Amino acid sequence: MTTKEEMTVSDRVADVLPTSAAGDEELLPQLVAHLREHRTRLRQEWAGRIHEAHLLQAMTAQEMAAETTSVYDNYVEVLETGSVEALQHYARDLSERIIPRGVETHEVVGIVLLLRDVLARSLFEKYQRDLPLLNRVLDAYEPAANRIANTVAVSFVDERERVIRQQQESIRELSTPVLPVRERLLILPIIGILDGERARQLTEQLLRGIRTHRARVVVIDITGVPDVDEAVANHLVQTVDASRLMGASVIITGLSPEIAQTLVTIGVDLSKMDTIGDLQGGLEEAERLLGYTVTHSDAAGGP
Amino acid sequence: MTPGPRLFSILKQGAYLIASIHTALDDPQLVRFQQDLVQRIGAERARGVVIDVAALDVLDSFASRTLRDIGEMARLRGANTVIVGIQPEVAFAMVALGMDTGSVSTALDLEEGLAFLEAGVSSPAVRRR
Repeated sequence: MTTKEEMTVSDRVADVLPTSAAGDEELLPQLVAHLREHRTRLRQEWAGRIHEAHLLQAMTAQEMAAETTSVYDNYVEVLETGSVEALQHYARDLSERIIPRGVETHEVVGIVLLLRDVLARSLFEKYQRDLPLLNRVLDAYEPAANRIANTVAVSFVDERERVIRQQQESIRELSTPVLPVRERLLILPIIGILDGERARQLTEQLLRGIRTHRARVVVIDITGVPDVDEAVANHLVQTVDASRLMGASVIITGLSPEIAQTLVTIGVDLSKMDTIGDLQGGLEEAERLLGYTVTHSDAAGGP
Repeated sequence: MTPGPRLFSILKQGAYLIASIHTALDDPQLVRFQQDLVQRIGAERARGVVIDVAALDVLDSFASRTLRDIGEMARLRGANTVIVGIQPEVAFAMVALGMDTGSVSTALDLEEGLAFLEAGVSSPAVRRR
């Protein structure tokens, strides 16, 4: 970066010698002026290249026209001002709009790189008769262009990660319900993969549920857990132990044949755990422990 | 004997003793608690003991061992022991650190603990394995 004083000096030089002798700092404004002047033609060329490369096919022609125009203008503006803030903002905004429509990272990066190439090609055409000047033009253009490509890609990926984080959060919140089914009886159906963080959260919620509902029996159903490894099995053992410290018995139901095999093979000590084949059996056992008897009344018109 | 006020209370309720710990006890106070309680079991001819730890937000290894020892001693002197009021955070921390109450039973709160003693050891919901 140059100081302001140098800029003014080069400005003055540029006034006298507008093209080949211009200082490097003067080159970018020249570029910008060139790109503004040929905006329509270059933009159309770019749109054509995008179409050829089969990128952004999720968007309609109209949307494409609107977005390419704003991307183009933003691009030129960054070249002019050197500040990527506005572009960052726009890129995030754009990502927010196009991510739900299934636009991939490679497409976004692809179109920005195409624009860079289209513009570079046009600069090449303009300055090809003066090779030293062309070199300096490209020296000025390339870092700025790369910085733009970088900014757009990073903004897009950031936005995508934000969406993923948000979704993980909501899945996590949804996935550990502690349900009272009878007085003193809770069910905890676990669905999906149990990792360390989720197991910890689940135990916490269960222990709080035991206190709130004054539960004496808890049925943990793991029918929906696809796989169990040693860490998860140990988490389950800990959950059972902690519940017992709070005065609640735990019954585990829904161990699939595969999980049963895995547990025996990896040698987790499950001797302290009460396990019953399915949720129905678990509930019946829990009712027995709590002293409930469920009777079937003929008058109710049952099966 | 450790000087100073007692940080626990031992109350007689029918055939049972209710021992409440009011605040975190240090090791000498825990020993004093153990001695007092085991002595009172004989003196009051208690059939059961409820130890209420609801006020504690931490139970270290010495405390849980002392509680386990009290349970064993009480059993030798003819009383069943049940620990009540372990908070969720405490329970979680205890299992994470690999501590437990051994053969001593646990229950949710004082009411549950008394019901457990009333039912004898046959109540399956809180029986330790």
